[in-house]
Formats: sequence, C-alpha cells, structure tokens
Amino acid sequence: MVASSPFGSSIKRREDPRLITGAGHYTDDVRLPGMLSMAILRSPHAHARIVNIDTSAAKAMPGVVAIYTGADLVDLVAPVPCAWQPKNSDIKVPEYRPLAVDTVRYVGDGVAAVVAENRYMAEDAAAAINVQYDTLPVVVHQLDAMKDGAPQLYDSVPNNVAFHFHLEGGDVDAAFQKADLTFKQRLVNQRLIPNAMETRGAVASYQRGSNELTLWCTTQNPHIVRFLMSLCTNIPETQIRVLSQDIGGGFGSKIAMQAGEMIASVISKDLLRPIKWMEDRSENYVSTTHGRDHVDDVEVAAMKDGRVVGLKVTAYANMGAYLSTAAPGVPTWLFTVTQSGAYDIPNVASDVYGVLTNTTATDAYRGAGRPEATYLIERVMDLVAKKLNLDPTEVRRKNFIPSDAFPYSIASGAIAYDSGDYDKTLDRALEMIDYAALRKEQEQARAEGRLFGVGFSTYIEVCGLAPSAAAGAMGFGGGLYESAVVRVHPTGKVTVLTGINPQGQGEGTTFAQLLNGELGVPVEDIEIVWGDTDRIPMGWGTYGSRSTAVGGSALVFAARKVRDKMMKIGAHLLEVSPEEVVFDQGSVHVKGAPDQVKSFGEIALAAYTAWNMPEGVTPGLDESYFFDPVSNTFPFGAHVCVVEIDKDSGKADVRRYVAVDDVGNVINPMIVDGQIHGGIAQGLAQAVLETAVYDDNGQLLSGTMMDYAIPKASSFPNYELDRTVTPCPFNPMGLKGVGEAGTIASTPAIMNAIVDALSPLGVEHFDMPASPQRIWQLVHEQKGN
Amino acid sequence: MKQQVTITVNGTTHTNEVEPRLLLVHYLRDVLDLTGTHVGCDTSQCGACTIEMNGSAVKSCTVLAVQADGAEITTIEGLAKGGELHPIQEGFWEMHGLQCGFCTPGMIMTSVNLLKNNPHPTEAEIRHGLEGNLCRCTGYQNIVKAIQYAADKMSAEPAAAGDD
Repeated sequence: MVASSPFGSSIKRREDPRLITGAGHYTDDVRLPGMLSMAILRSPHAHARIVNIDTSAAKAMPGVVAIYTGADLVDLVAPVPCAWQPKNSDIKVPEYRPLAVDTVRYVGDGVAAVVAENRYMAEDAAAAINVQYDTLPVVVHQLDAMKDGAPQLYDSVPNNVAFHFHLEGGDVDAAFQKADLTFKQRLVNQRLIPNAMETRGAVASYQRGSNELTLWCTTQNPHIVRFLMSLCTNIPETQIRVLSQDIGGGFGSKIAMQAGEMIASVISKDLLRPIKWMEDRSENYVSTTHGRDHVDDVEVAAMKDGRVVGLKVTAYANMGAYLSTAAPGVPTWLFTVTQSGAYDIPNVASDVYGVLTNTTATDAYRGAGRPEATYLIERVMDLVAKKLNLDPTEVRRKNFIPSDAFPYSIASGAIAYDSGDYDKTLDRALEMIDYAALRKEQEQARAEGRLFGVGFSTYIEVCGLAPSAAAGAMGFGGGLYESAVVRVHPTGKVTVLTGINPQGQGEGTTFAQLLNGELGVPVEDIEIVWGDTDRIPMGWGTYGSRSTAVGGSALVFAARKVRDKMMKIGAHLLEVSPEEVVFDQGSVHVKGAPDQVKSFGEIALAAYTAWNMPEGVTPGLDESYFFDPVSNTFPFGAHVCVVEIDKDSGKADVRRYVAVDDVGNVINPMIVDGQIHGGIAQGLAQAVLETAVYDDNGQLLSGTMMDYAIPKASSFPNYELDRTVTPCPFNPMGLKGVGEAGTIASTPAIMNAIVDALSPLGVEHFDMPASPQRIWQLVHEQKGN
Repeated sequence: MKQQVTITVNGTTHTNEVEPRLLLVHYLRDVLDLTGTHVGCDTSQCGACTIEMNGSAVKSCTVLAVQADGAEITTIEGLAKGGELHPIQEGFWEMHGLQCGFCTPGMIMTSVNLLKNNPHPTEAEIRHGLEGNLCRCTGYQNIVKAIQYAADKMSAEPAAAGDD
C-alpha cells in the first residue's frame, strides 16, 4: 500500500536551481587540461569533385596542431551509420564518410578538420586551406531528383531513389469505386531546421594507458552513441564512456550519430589530446539534420455523409545527400502508421519514396513522421467537410474510432492503438471555445468583410516508442525497451539510474515523483541519474515521447522489486512472515499494528550491514529492471485554433488556441502543460513562420537565425489547456507520453483555421508556410479575379 | 598584439591580456571560466549570451572584450546575492519558465533589465521586451508568467530596488 499518489502534483523542478544560476553543465562547458579545439572546413558547393586539398599554408599557421582530410580518416573511422533500414523496402544506403572523400554532395559536407590551440586559430587555419573543386550539376528538390536525366548523387542509387516503401490494408480500389466523392490533393510539408538552442558538439578525450575514450556529447541517446561509435572506430564498448548531462534541447536533432563527434573521437585517439568541437549556429544549420520535407499526393474516397472509406497516399520524402541514422524510418513507418489518424478508415494504401538530393540530410524532428501524417489527415477531414458542405466537427465525429473499439488495429494491421475516447476531448474543446457562439461571431465577422477562421485538429500520435520486437520487425537496428536501476543506500537515500536522456523534459523531477509514489521516499532523498554509459545499464534514450511511458515504467518495476525485498527484510526484523506485513509510505509494519514498524532507513541499513538477513535473501537493496512494453501508446486530443487575418498585411493572428489533450495519467501537470505549450508554438511556427529555403544551386538561403523565422515571445498568444485522462493499459502507471503532442496537433489546427478564414475568397487549400506575404498574395489574387 | 583589459565582473575586478578580436562572451566563458553565459547563435539573434554591462542588457557575443575595458558586468552567476535568488530567478523556477535551460541565463538577464526599465509591464510589453531572446522549449507562456511573478514580488518589496 502506498499512501502518496505519484499523479497530479505540480512540484517545482529539481533541475532548475542549477540552471537558473548559471551552474548548468553543457558540453561546451567541459574544460580539460591540454584540450584542443576543432573546426571543420565545409564545402561551399552542393555537388563537386574534390580535385586537390592543399593544407600546407594552414598547417604553418600559429597554434595549429594537425589537419585531417577525408582521405586521412578512411583508416581511422567507418562511415556514419544508417541504423534504421525498413525491411519491406528496397533500401540502398550510400556511403556517408564523416569527411568527404573525392566528392562533396551538399553545402556543408565536411572536407577537412583542423585542430588548434583554440577555436579562433582553428578557424583561421580552416580558412587558409586551399581546396580545388570541380563542380557537378546540382539537384535540390525531390521531384526533380527522380526525373530521368537528373543529376545523380551516387552510381549505386539510380534516379536518386534510396528506397520505395509500401504499406496497405483493405481493398482501396473497391473503396474508390463505391465512393460518392473522390478527390486528389497535393500537400507539401516543408523542410524545417530544428534549432535546439544549444548546437551539437562533443568533447572527446582518449586516455593512453587505460585506452579509454571519454566522450561528452550533445545526444538524446548516449548508449546508442557508444554502441555505434564502437562499431565505427573499433574501440571496444568497454573502453568508451559517453557522458551527456545537461542538453540544450534536442527535438530529434540530437538522435543521429554526428560526423563531428566521430571525427573528434578518432582524432583524440590519434593525437592523444582532448578535442572539443562545437558547431556554431551557421554550421549547425547545414551540418545537423533537418526535418520534414515531404511532398504528399493524397487521394480520398468518401461517402455523402462524410465517412472516409479510402485513402491513397504517395509521399516523396527528401532525405538530403545521405541517409542519416534514423532517417529512413521517419517517412516510412512513423509516417504511414498514423496516416489514418483518429479515424476508422478501412482501406488505406501508402507508397513512400525516399529521395536523395544535394541538401543537408533530414532525420527526426519533433514528431518525426507523425506531424506529416497528422497534417495530411486533418487537412483531408476539412477538405471532405468543405466539399460535402458539412461541419468539420461532424465529419470528424462520423469517422472517429469509437471508444469501445480499442485496442484498434489500423487497416494494414501494422499497429494497434491502445485506448482512446476521441469524442470526449472534442466535446470538451467545443465547450471551452463555445463553438456555437464562435460560429455566430464568425458569421458576423464575415458580414463585416473580415477574414475570420476556425480550425480543428483531432489528432492521435504514436508514442512511447517500443516494443523491441516491433522495432526489429520495422528494421530499426536496436531495441526499444528501457532500463532502470533503483539503488537504496545504507542511509536510506536513493539513486535512480535511467537509460533515458532528457533535454529539458523534467524527468529529474517526474521520475522522483514516480519513485516517491512507489517507495514513499521523499523526493529530496532521490537522485535521478542519466547520461553516463559507465554507470547506467543499456538504454535507448529520449525521443518519440517514450521516456516516461517506457523508462518511467522500468523505474516503477525496479522500485517494486526493492519494495518486495524490503518487506521480506522488514518482516524478518519484526519477527513475522512477509505475508503479515504491509509496506506503507516507505516503512514496513505488521498488518493491523502500525506501531510494530521498521522505517525505510532501518531496513536500508539492515540490508547493507546484513547482520540479520532472512534466509535466502542476499544483502543490499539494488535492483534493476528492463521494461519492454507489449505496445506503443497513443495520446490524442482536440485542438481548436481561431484566427483573424489582416487583409492589409496578410498576417494571420491567433485569437484563441484551445487544446484538450489526453496523455494518459499525468504525474506533474505543470511539466505536462509546459510540454504542450512549447509543442504548440513549434507546430504553429511550421504553419506560419518557418521554412528552410535552398536556391537551385543548393545554397541554404535561410542559413542563419536572421533568415530563418523562429517564433518569438510576441508571435503567439497564451494557450488555453485542459485534459481528459484515458490511461494506457499496457504500462503499469497508465502513461502515454506528451513530448510531441502539441507540435503534432497544432500545425493542421492553424492551417485549417487560416483556410477557413480565406474560404469566402474561394481558397480551398494552399501550402505552408502561411506567411503574411503568401496570404496577402492570396487575398489580392482572389480580389483580382 | 594583445591588449590589457580591466573588467569588473560580479564585483570582482580582473585584469587580463586579450586578443583585440576576442568576443566578450568568450572572455567570460574561456578566460574567467564563467560558463553560465551561453552562445546560441552567431548573428546576435538568440540572446543566450545576454549579460548586464554598465546597467544595460547587452549581448556579449556582439561586444569585444576590449570594448568592455573598464566596464562593470553582471552575469547570471552574479545575480543571486548571498544565496538568495533574484525574484526573476525565483519566478522562472516557480512558473516553470525553463525546460532545457540553455536560453535561461540570457532570458533572465534580459528580464532583469526589462523590469528595471518598466517595473509594471503589461503582458504585451513583456512579450515585446523579449524580442531579442529566443526559447525553443517553452513557447514563452511560462516565461511571461515568470516575469509577471517577479514584477509582482518586486513591487511588493520596494527594498529590493536599491541593488544597482
């Protein structure tokens, strides 16, 4: 029995005191004796043969210790690995050298690494390297790259198509034949730059004697870095320690193996000196992965009453110049299994083409595949409503998977949703926004000639990325369980080791709350440790909103092993059988006799002195657990966005934003709300602000924070939040996950609102970003007609 | 050719020989080892490097160390006095105004200056006052609340104003 609930308490974050006083410890804060600084010279051309690299002048410059080219690294390190290769595709993985050998394939491709006494000297020397290039034809757009006669990035990848993936279920052709309404729509999901406020970087220190590589790096998954680094460098895993503690945001961009961290590691081993490499921001914009960049052709079959009976999707995903670590899994599995959203669509067929172009590689970005799918299906719902002259909420309700149909298998059978009650979140959202009054207000606004729109997104997402068997079946090169160790010390303090690796999500607090709920230990006596592969058992890290649902569950199971052992020891000390005691707020007492009690501290000390242990019970209180759930989790919700467009400036102002989310049980509401706030802002920003723009020569025009529109404090208003709670039945605490929900939901909510606002002008669809310029053009084009 | 600078940071005066091109943020981080001030961009957009210099909020990536010769500087490390958090630090903690914490030192230093110039800002004035600071995690909603919390607290305790 546990008296304190782990749910519902908004305690302040335990991470914060160090972060608000400047005592955080990020990778760039690591300082080691004898540390050198590394700068990477990057290609200014999107596609070129390297004719010659002359480093002689650079090598003679002050402070320069060494310069490495791609050819110098060939024997030191293997290519950057691609670790998600979908099995039901014909994937071809081109060789991705950490520094290019012979050919550069995007602006930013590494050409040489300069190691010097400080960063200023390293940059000076990099600028003095003379590289002769022989430029080659460039292709930046995926549809252009697939055409016959297009520039070819690799001989081994004809037409630049790295893979074709197909998934289907039901009888799609029959559905289209019987439908009352069929239509086609192209939807473009533009390329984005993740923009974690901390760029990527690493400090690598190879010790002679112990032959150990210590690597501090900005990663969401230190054990994956250790695993892949070992495979790529032939340094045994036993000799690699990856440390990753304070991380300045990730958003997916710190999952992939980074060429820079591989280069720094092998150079440290070669020179036996610590090496620091930190991207500057303009380097980050080309060398760290981008997100999204899909062209999706969708065909829809619907009945007169609004039921969608068939969906065909052909997606063209721009993968960039190389296949990044997890990249092929994003537009294939993660995109296709959420394509039918919250809706019971019996016939679905998806084809995905992964196309290589002369651009920065794409990979996971907050939501990874699911925002693209959600944008697609939520726009489809609005298009169906528009074409059939139905209310968008009515069309959604007509298609919702009923709450008694869970677990619900999608048409292809590839995945089953855990639990849901989609009407309930929509009901609450409509109540909060006062839907009837809102539509009246809209009528009034339209009568006055104002452009006023309401948009919905009744999204679902697949979270709690797991289980391992599914990961294997989908071609992911690893497991997706999570590990935890609960180590009670002789004084009764507790250390928790977790395989997840937060970048601001607050598990240093929520995991302590979970443990407090299980063992009754005060949170101030609990230390949550992540980001150290020497201390922590194998775990897979923080992404896919999996940390709490999978890692938190591992912690709960480890805690329960500790609790069971404490009950045996406590009963023994009380001279009764284990069946005769209860575990109550951390202490063990005899049933019905709370005064016959052993405290948490007494039992902990007894476990370690081991003077008087029950028979067959070993000393110590140190338990580990590897949790591999049987299923993913499927958070859901209903978001409503109200916009008004200024006809003169073209700006779409968010008037109200209501979000009702169901993320299962909630440990710390304050932290969950924070995740939703940030997520919504990121998703809204895709819709109206952000876009990565290349010119035809493959130059990134939005190459700095001056040119790429990140949302500011004044961009959006406060969001109005509420929740419903539908626990996930497949983990012990009923958790679903929340890290990506806001981003997945909000992009289509605001786009649907903007299109609704413009619909009196005859606008049925246009592509993101809905910038003031684009909206102004639409308003004035329509006026001109 | 190196030049000598004398800069007072968080009440301690330092004299160092620096290269004329050394940025103030690198002086703070690499010469004085005050790593609380962060670098998030290279174009003065993100504000993670914001400090207080001679009473004004300044992006320390946009100032050379030699330009700060003779200056009085406060960094995030110098804000809490005698182990007592500044009301703005307290506001960020209370209102969950941070997630990853990377933008936070700059965000806090800007907010200190914002409230110094306008002790009773409206929500719109706060949002406008943060134009030069980017946060990718919070969506700003709780940062605004943190500053409102501090404004309320500081106006209730006028004694805290004598800190310049």
